[in-house]
Amino acid sequence: MNQHPTQPAQPPADGGFEPRIVAFFCNWCTYTAADLAGVSRLKYAPNVRVIRVMCSGRVDPQFVLDAFAKGADGVLLGGCHPGDCHYAEGNYKTLRRMRMLERMLRDMGIKDGRFRLEWISGAEGEKVKTTVNDMVAKVRALGPLDLPGKFREWDKEMEELEVRVGSADGKEVAHAR
Amino acid sequence: MADNNGNKAHPNGLPRIGFYICHCGSNIAGTIDVAEVAKYVAGLPGVVVSRDYKYMCSDPGQEMIAQDIKEHKLERLVVAACSPNLHEETFRKAAAKGGLNSFFFQMVNIREHDAWVHEDKKAATVKAKDLARAAVYRVRFHQPLEKKQVPVDPNVLVVGGGIAGIHAALTLANAGKKVTLVERESTIGGHMAAFDKTFPTLDCAACILTPKMSAVKSHPNITLWTYSEVAKVEGYVGNYKVTVKRKPRYVKEDLCVGCMECIDACVFKEPKFADKFNQGLGKRKPVYIDFPQATPKVVLIDPETCIQMKTGKCKKSCVEACDRDAIDFTQKEEVKELQVGAIILATGFKTFDAKREPHYGYGRYPGVFTALEIERLVNASGPTSGEVVLRDGKHPKAVGIIHCVGSRDEKTNKWCSRVCCMYSLKLAHLIKEHSGAEVYNFYIDIRAAGKACEEFYDKLLSEGVHFIRGRVAEVTDWAMTPEEEGKLVLRVEDTLAGFVRRVPVDMVVLATGLEPQADAQEVRRRFNIGCGNEGFFQERHPKLAPVNTFTDGIFIAGACQAPKDIPDTVAQAGAAAAEALVLIDAGHVELEPNTSHVVEEECCGCKSCVPLCPYSAITFDESKKKAQINEVLCKGCGVCAAACPSGSIRQNLFEDEEIFSEIEGVLSK
Amino acid sequence: MKSFPMKYLYFPGCSLKGTGKAYEESLLAVFRALGIELREIEDWNCCGATAYMSVDEAKSYALAGRNLAIAEREDLDVIAPCSACYLGLNKAQKGLEEHPEIRAKVTKALAAAGLEYQGKVKVRHPLDVLINDVGLDEIAKRIKAPLKGKKFAPYYGCQIVRPFASFDDQYNPETMDRLLATAGAECVTYPLKTRCCGGSLTGTVPEVGLRLAYIILKEAKKRGAEAIVTVCPLCQFNLDGYQDQIARKFEAVDMPVVYFTQILGLAMGLSADELGLKRSIISADAVLAGR
Repeated sequence: MNQHPTQPAQPPADGGFEPRIVAFFCNWCTYTAADLAGVSRLKYAPNVRVIRVMCSGRVDPQFVLDAFAKGADGVLLGGCHPGDCHYAEGNYKTLRRMRMLERMLRDMGIKDGRFRLEWISGAEGEKVKTTVNDMVAKVRALGPLDLPGKFREWDKEMEELEVRVGSADGKEVAHAR
Repeated sequence: MADNNGNKAHPNGLPRIGFYICHCGSNIAGTIDVAEVAKYVAGLPGVVVSRDYKYMCSDPGQEMIAQDIKEHKLERLVVAACSPNLHEETFRKAAAKGGLNSFFFQMVNIREHDAWVHEDKKAATVKAKDLARAAVYRVRFHQPLEKKQVPVDPNVLVVGGGIAGIHAALTLANAGKKVTLVERESTIGGHMAAFDKTFPTLDCAACILTPKMSAVKSHPNITLWTYSEVAKVEGYVGNYKVTVKRKPRYVKEDLCVGCMECIDACVFKEPKFADKFNQGLGKRKPVYIDFPQATPKVVLIDPETCIQMKTGKCKKSCVEACDRDAIDFTQKEEVKELQVGAIILATGFKTFDAKREPHYGYGRYPGVFTALEIERLVNASGPTSGEVVLRDGKHPKAVGIIHCVGSRDEKTNKWCSRVCCMYSLKLAHLIKEHSGAEVYNFYIDIRAAGKACEEFYDKLLSEGVHFIRGRVAEVTDWAMTPEEEGKLVLRVEDTLAGFVRRVPVDMVVLATGLEPQADAQEVRRRFNIGCGNEGFFQERHPKLAPVNTFTDGIFIAGACQAPKDIPDTVAQAGAAAAEALVLIDAGHVELEPNTSHVVEEECCGCKSCVPLCPYSAITFDESKKKAQINEVLCKGCGVCAAACPSGSIRQNLFEDEEIFSEIEGVLSK
Repeated sequence: MKSFPMKYLYFPGCSLKGTGKAYEESLLAVFRALGIELREIEDWNCCGATAYMSVDEAKSYALAGRNLAIAEREDLDVIAPCSACYLGLNKAQKGLEEHPEIRAKVTKALAAAGLEYQGKVKVRHPLDVLINDVGLDEIAKRIKAPLKGKKFAPYYGCQIVRPFASFDDQYNPETMDRLLATAGAECVTYPLKTRCCGGSLTGTVPEVGLRLAYIILKEAKKRGAEAIVTVCPLCQFNLDGYQDQIARKFEAVDMPVVYFTQILGLAMGLSADELGLKRSIISADAVLAGR
């Protein structure tokens, strides 16, 4: 499936684009695994910001979309392996929702690799490191997503368009919105 | 003025936030510029106090928080330090000490998730700022919450009267708790009551079991309901309501003294019907008792074979013989209800059905027996008074014992049933002792792991029992040589010697493995616990919580959790009793408040949430057409909150606003 | 009256046209008497027998697949009486399903011959068809001369129960026992029903092959059988054709070995000639005695 490089991701020497990745980790497995990575003093890329939830099943697809919309270049969702969910079945619901979300993201033009669902158990500190490093490297290669920037550009385009349309027939045109 | 959450927004704008960043010695401060972070956060809207300190979790650290809360009238608290899994509770208590609701607190993990995993100090400090900012944004939306306390009923239900259930019941009863022990058969004792001797000590099973059985009967704190089954379970931890159905024995339990005159007097002069306790090797009359030490010592009548019950035309000599007037052909099923705070499931196992391995000939060749049948044969109080004989009465001169029947097998059960090697060794010893026959054990590995077990195996080797390492391919009656005529031949590859053997014997014993009870799936659903893939009850954690289940208040013990021997079963039963005692003696249960609730006005009645909850905490009120969540059953996973299309389900501490603000916090520049 | 399919495709395989001729004759005679049409598959080729699949999976699947592709042109089940053909064709079907890489190769090969295989056709054994499609009740109606008092050892051989046992029990098959009982005969309790007859070893490693055949013959005699009834032409050949060598090496057994279709045919009133009963090496007169 995913190749996991073992060296920490190397930022570009010229201090170029650094991806910003928001992660939702479930308390019982992935968050604990990240703690374990810390206790074991494993080193990995500093690009991820973790938001703790009790179960990956709490993650509403809207959270993922909101993260992208607010400027994340990547979103990582970590939960327990199927069959091991602390709440019995939460991660199965996560899986269903996220499979659907992946298709929507693709339709919206957000490339594969920016959103990632990973099952990491509480004992897999190493997997947290390799997943983060791998994801940072891939998203860096994809470049910045910068949806807020794009929203601003589109807003500006709309404004200019409205001005031009308005001045062409000399009448005021109602705003498109 | 209130916002959408029903929050009363602070009259001056934002709630007053206190921020603390811990150095944790040099653990954090060695990588993160804590002073810079504190300075940065001080400039965030709503923050009125921003400090850094060497050890926040220490007494002075907590004191500082309590002081600041009072002095600066803080309304929210954020601490950036180690993992919440370590000190969330500590700082919640510190907040409470200062007079602030414990849940107006948010913790930021900048040690395990930052200082300890990044080498780039600049990047680590930026990350700490981002995470701190996110917590500051989030904590504004926190609501005041209380840990809910639910009282615990001090009574306990133990389901299953084998050695596990008996031991658990006695332990709890001795601790002064009132226990109801429900057992499906007409007597307690379980499988152990059928054994002759137990390994590796060769203790007589009945001798060590029956004193415990009578202790159960005579204990003032134990109510014993045999021939009964649990029909329904409702409620939640500390407050279970259980319905038990008691089958009619057609004998009044409180009058019968177990004299068994009725059995002698029965119109059937000779026992005629296959006797389940003796694995069908013995016979019983329609009025019977499983074995003489059955507890309670009360006979029962089988309505399928009793002439009176089937035709109404019997001279009822049993009634005549009973001077206690205990026989009652009109007895009906009784339904009882019970309130308990904790439940222990000790429902045991069933043995693998040997017919599923047709190449071993069980049911086809009369000389093939299961291990349980042999247990009854070697038992002095069994159908042959301890004589090892074939079904036609002949004495076997050679006996073959096949290990791993229905265990360690891709086609049937993959697991190792843990006890079969030891009981096969035990049976080898007993068979040799009782009959002098040659005994051959056919094994894959000899698993003699328990205390004194390897030594028992050694002893057996010196007794002249033959061991052949190989899986028997088939048991057949066709003879290749004159010596094999009339025998059962076991064809097996002797893997250590490297050739195929034909071993002619008179009797074959199949060491059948342990499986979950036939109705394990039904039973576990009735109690709302989980099952593993193989069907055994699911423990909360295989190493650290082997007797707890994912359902609070319900514990498991013994072979129903996984195959195990008697010493481990008793240990687990004691552990389950201890866990139940923890619950009961605490008197009440404190529930984490991160449960979900439905904001009724916003619920559109779509029912999307109802099937999602694995704890059945969500019900639908048909009259109001609104979903409802039982706060006590809710475990706080938040799956329903994520699924709710109208957003009317809120998970305390993980509300949408809280998470959206956290997202904004980590990303805003 | 229960209705059953009246038409099947028929895959004889090489043996039934050669040493197993008696099997074909009796099979066709019986099905004709039942009113069922067996249409030989057009331009069928060798199924690859047991050996080819161990040598080259892709080529053996293509070989078997050609027959399947031709058969698929019609919407009928295929009856493959020879155990090796039956197993080989079924294994090829399973293999093509489970190994898409090989299937891709086979698809190309078949396409070169203008053929297409879709995995729809079902390859059945005649015992399966007689018991499950026609039904023993129907067959019982057609029994004119039940073989009362005759004792047979039902011998299934290995390939119709190993590795797949789709229409009978793997360790103790009983379909033929029931069929023979319907024909009025008695089956002795025979523990070697599915034991190996030696297969091709009688030719290549005779010390082993002859011994395996001998064991089967001897036990049948010991159990009081007058004849061994088989389903497989190689089993019949091994048990019937080497009794002289077996007599020299071990002891004389003198056991007739016949096909179940021959026994059924006799019970249905068909003649010994029609059923190829004169073709066996050990005389089947014992079976015919008293008729």
